[in-house]
Amino acid sequence: MGQRVGILAIQGDVEAHARVLRVLGVEVVAVRHAFDLDGLDALVLPGGESTTIAKGLERLGLYEPLEAFAASGKRVLGTCAGAVLLAREVENHPVRSLGLLDVVALRNAYGSQVDSFEAPADETAPGFEGLSCVFIRAPRLLDPGEGVEVLARVDGWPVAVRQRNVIATTFHPELTSDTRVHACLLGDGPA
Amino acid sequence: MSQQSEKRAGNGARKGAESFDIKVGLAEMLKGGVIMDVTTAEQAKVAEDAGAAAVMALERVPSDIRKEGGVARMCSMEVIEGIQRVVSIPVMAKVRIGHFVEARVLEALGVDFIDESEVLTPADEEHHIWKHDFRSPFVCGCRDLGEALRRISEGAAMIRTKGEAGSGNIVEAVRHLRKVNGDMRAIQALASEELPAAAKELRAPLDLVCAVAQTGKLPVPNFAAGGVATPADAALCMALGAEAVFVGSGIFKSEDPAARAAAVVRATTHWQEAGEILAASRGLGGAMPGIEMETLAENERLANRGW
Repeated sequence: MGQRVGILAIQGDVEAHARVLRVLGVEVVAVRHAFDLDGLDALVLPGGESTTIAKGLERLGLYEPLEAFAASGKRVLGTCAGAVLLAREVENHPVRSLGLLDVVALRNAYGSQVDSFEAPADETAPGFEGLSCVFIRAPRLLDPGEGVEVLARVDGWPVAVRQRNVIATTFHPELTSDTRVHACLLGDGPA
Repeated sequence: MSQQSEKRAGNGARKGAESFDIKVGLAEMLKGGVIMDVTTAEQAKVAEDAGAAAVMALERVPSDIRKEGGVARMCSMEVIEGIQRVVSIPVMAKVRIGHFVEARVLEALGVDFIDESEVLTPADEEHHIWKHDFRSPFVCGCRDLGEALRRISEGAAMIRTKGEAGSGNIVEAVRHLRKVNGDMRAIQALASEELPAAAKELRAPLDLVCAVAQTGKLPVPNFAAGGVATPADAALCMALGAEAVFVGSGIFKSEDPAARAAAVVRATTHWQEAGEILAASRGLGGAMPGIEMETLAENERLANRGW
């Protein structure tokens, strides 16, 4: 396909996303500076600590370049901490977010690591059947706006959502061998 | 890996925090980050504000344990709870080697990661905790591949090389990182029929030795610890293959902890960019005082604890 996909590499599970993207046959680029965004077709905001990543974005002056990247229509996927950074608003120890997704992210909504879990999606958009979702100190997405489409739910909560070119999951598709969410980022997904 | 194909096929299977995959999952999230030792909630806040990916609660930082002596135990509940209240990043805490009751207490407290640590005074001089039985993930120290694989076989979801805690001297961290990596390269060069003998020599389970021979990597994330005092020290650990860095006394025993903490975070993110490490190294004031290894007697070396 010849796509070039960037992964924001300030902190987090960059390598796990790179592994999935390489399985899908795309070129992977680590993004640490605004100039790294040049020539990319899509971008991943990985899992990690959203406070750490937000401080890096601030220091590197990356908020505006990332907003412009998404505004240009290029696809963006945020998982867990990445989803928090995409939200319009963040609750429970707020961090500065990009506001690219019309939801409120509630950080660490399930509790600490002893409350982390894996569960099958209870309801999915067509093509995501049997999706297994790994939640690590995960956030919840509250109050989705009208333009937000829910791709999957677990226990009734939206866990994968999409708004135009922006996709967010509160779980970690990069920690399983299921490549469907990443395929969606490449414009090749089922939904 | 077979574990991952099970995941994909695991229709309807719900797994909790006791699952090894879920434990390793949190370790994956900490990659590229800095985990800082803190002894108070105020220090924890400084660490979080500087960009720490997690904090490690303990009653005294290693350099004070070294100076003051006495038995070093798990941190007080009040301090850990105070830290949990003020930060949103993962809170880790240390238990004594083999002290599975201290570990049960931290698990009940909802601590995000337990460090079964040689920095505290060991509670058991023969056995480590059987870590599979816990919902909390564990990290353990190692000096070589055999020690790393023994800890993983007991259930550790993250490994950190030990270095020499509280020394402000990076030499032991470098030695242990190089040793683990060198041991792995040596295993990869072996023929299959030579692996059982290698496992015996390493005193490590054969299945884990075979996994290393195949992948050239530990089956869990491998971080570095012990002696990191400067941004360049942290970047050196990353360059030698560590996937994240623990900093103990190096932050809060320095002249300007907030500035040094942020600088170590920056150098860890940008370990391949000398210009960034240079910028991170400016205006930090004095680093913690260091200790020459030759001046430490064998029985003063914390890294020797663990079996």
